Amino acid sequence: MDETNLMVDGNAVAGILGEVFVHEMTSARVACKGCGEIEPIGAEHAYMQAPGIVLRCCHCEEVLLVITQRGGRYLLGFKESRWLQIG
Amino acid sequence: MARTAVLGRLNWKLGEVVELIDETPRVRSIALDVPQWPGHRAGQHIDVRLTAEDGYQAQRSYSIASPPDQNRLMLTVERLSDGEVSPYLVDELRPGDVIELRGPIGGYFVWEARIGGPLLLVGGGSGIVPLMAMLRHRAASGSTEPARLIYSSRSFEDIIFREELERLTARSDGVEVIHTLTRSQPPGWNGYARRIDAQMLADTAFPPASRPVTYICGPTSFVEAASRALVLLGHKAKRIRTERFGPTGG
Repeated sequence: MDETNLMVDGNAVAGILGEVFVHEMTSARVACKGCGEIEPIGAEHAYMQAPGIVLRCCHCEEVLLVITQRGGRYLLGFKESRWLQIG
Repeated sequence: MARTAVLGRLNWKLGEVVELIDETPRVRSIALDVPQWPGHRAGQHIDVRLTAEDGYQAQRSYSIASPPDQNRLMLTVERLSDGEVSPYLVDELRPGDVIELRGPIGGYFVWEARIGGPLLLVGGGSGIVPLMAMLRHRAASGSTEPARLIYSSRSFEDIIFREELERLTARSDGVEVIHTLTRSQPPGWNGYARRIDAQMLADTAFPPASRPVTYICGPTSFVEAASRALVLLGHKAKRIRTERFGPTGG
């Protein structure tokens, strides 16, 4: 399958982020280390098919955030995100 | 920039099915009564979780079709033949059944009257659902912002909310709907009969100079094509919000 067809929007990550954060997270802004662009999480690209969820920059496709979950435990990896502005 | 709301963490709730409405042969609307529903914004979605007897769980996201101005929560779901959740929701659910859900979710793909317009909506198939919540909210709030929906369906029978869209345009308060039918067209059809492309958007969308706020929803390939075409025509990417279903909605 064409890989681009697996991509959805950062909106799709809202449910799992809502399990962890008390703020609405698709409006939270994230700065990409790769290209410097700043976008709301809802505008970034999300890949939900991997074992875990990968959020990539919608400008340069660098990996911004990886989320894995098992049982009640969450692991969040902020790979190429410089900062996340919440609230 | 508006500050984001503190919502508290998402929790699963129970919703009781109060009404089922067949929209097309493959699409059904499900009206739910959810006690303590906190209210929602047009464009938001919920997660639905089904649990089998053996404990296996499947979860999918569905856009909310009802406007915030209405009490009951309405989902509109398309049956995907290889889906795990949608065949149950479309074919098996009965009034009185209770389903697990959580939401409302999302704050990015959202339109409300105070955001203004002109409002440009581009929908493919069941991608109409969150856009319909926006049009319903626009009507209920008395907004007169010009709104234009460019809506791609497979056939005339597959047009979801067709009669309601006709009623919305008949109000003559600034809503226009442009249909395209990609697979089959009824006799005498004089509308578009192809997938949405740059030429169609150049002919039908608000011009870039009018700086519309744009929402595109549909399968990933549809959203890619429509958003790229709009950027090519000179629309600012930051004024285009997208919601892609992915390869399947499930």
